[in-house]
Amino acid sequence: MSEIKEIMFNSDRLATDEYLVNMGPQHPSTHGVLRMLVKLEGEKVLNIQPHIGYIHSGIEKMCEAISYPQIIHLTDRMDYLSAHMNNEAVALCVENALQVEVPERVKYIRTIMDELARLASHQLWWCVMGMDLGALTTFFYGLRDREMILDIFEETCGARLTVNYNLPGGVMFDIHPNFQKRVKDFITYFRKKLPEYDQLLTGNVIFRERTEGIGHLSLADAIAYGVTGPSGRASGFSNDLRKHQPYSAYPLVKFNEILDHRCDTLARYEVRMKEMHESLSIIEQLIDNIPEGDYAVKMKSVIKLPEGEFYQRVETARGEFGVYIVSDGKKNPYRVKFRSPGFSNLFALNNMAKGHKIADLVAIMSTLDLVIPDIDR
Amino acid sequence: MTNDELKAYLLDKFPSAEITLGTQYVQMIVASADLHQTATLLKDAKETSFDYLICLSGVDYPEYMEVVYHLESVSLRHVMVLKVRTSDRANPAIDTVSDIWITAKYHEREVYDLLGVHFNNHTDLRRLFLEDGWGFPLRKDYVDEIRIVER
Repeated sequence: MSEIKEIMFNSDRLATDEYLVNMGPQHPSTHGVLRMLVKLEGEKVLNIQPHIGYIHSGIEKMCEAISYPQIIHLTDRMDYLSAHMNNEAVALCVENALQVEVPERVKYIRTIMDELARLASHQLWWCVMGMDLGALTTFFYGLRDREMILDIFEETCGARLTVNYNLPGGVMFDIHPNFQKRVKDFITYFRKKLPEYDQLLTGNVIFRERTEGIGHLSLADAIAYGVTGPSGRASGFSNDLRKHQPYSAYPLVKFNEILDHRCDTLARYEVRMKEMHESLSIIEQLIDNIPEGDYAVKMKSVIKLPEGEFYQRVETARGEFGVYIVSDGKKNPYRVKFRSPGFSNLFALNNMAKGHKIADLVAIMSTLDLVIPDIDR
Repeated sequence: MTNDELKAYLLDKFPSAEITLGTQYVQMIVASADLHQTATLLKDAKETSFDYLICLSGVDYPEYMEVVYHLESVSLRHVMVLKVRTSDRANPAIDTVSDIWITAKYHEREVYDLLGVHFNNHTDLRRLFLEDGWGFPLRKDYVDEIRIVER
């Protein structure tokens, strides 16, 4: 016994070697096939090297062989939780290149759908965040409420996740006759449920202990690493494209850009929680005022973009999503590049998690809200 | 700055660069030898302060390879496009900007992986998605052996 005590308190005899651990590609907290090579000293994280490529699907290469309306269907498969926003980015890019003005009705529908998708994404993030930290109940609460949004999607778009609702020039179908009523019912319902979320997780002592002051990302680093979306805004990086480069019906609605200057895991969590309230308020302002009119303008059956380069930025649930199209005047693009928010966000992880315990790494990764196909496209 | 003001400013500061106003953004093409110095100036000068690298892409054109930098200033909210070209297709090499914008370190790895553009002075230039020995799929002369793209 005395010998064990001696070993425990005599640091010279305790092995303090640094060692490498593979986290993933099948680790449950990576939510996809992401492998991280973590250098540890005991439980302390010294360095993280993310390795990606396990689900690289060559979407950019595939885009070079297909037409513009077809590209939209591939963008769903990247960030599947922000499928609608990704679709919209390509649709807007093509419309701007051809200088097509879409009807007001389309702008309203797109914006409402964007915000519903953002809510569904944040709900899933919230339940998974709780689960990552060992609170399984959040998973059931979040998925129960997310189901209502997916049902609304299903009724109008015919799909629940990869919605494919956008087209260059408008949307695929008009909204379902039940759409407005169901959305309003959902808003009333979810307004009551959000305080429950706070009671269950936000105020929880264990949760706060595990998030407060963990994973600091300074404003300068957030900008240098290009960390956008709620993760960047929690470091005070004002990057909400709905405010700065408004598109669709965003210039018509009043909402706040949620900024936080605490820079830690809790700040990133709270920014997303507050964003859900903002999303509800945006939908509320639009849902009763959807103008009458066409749900799409007639486009040519073969869409050809003029020669040149076009860039479109939209705000997805994870941050800034960009589409860069180089056209040589043919029906398929010369080159397409997607700037995905997750890609830039992921590589800031090392900066945030260094020096923390390996369990904190899971919490930090959760608040980055990574979707792997978005990074590894 | 508006696009016109930005264009006038850049024309004044960088007389040797090719500056045009595209449909959306001001576009500046610099010689690859000037890239690092130009990028540093664009970031540090108070009038431009391009501190946020939005997107870094590589494009393979028939005559040259091009690397495109979309830049934004967080405080001034203007956007521009910086471009650099190299005509050497066998060993294309461009200076890294990862010491100016850290995020470029990973975007450059992606461009290296998919287009085979080498970045000088990059501290960790490895393939990102694909295995070593794989070709460079986004090059136009890439042979799609397993016919995944063209059926």
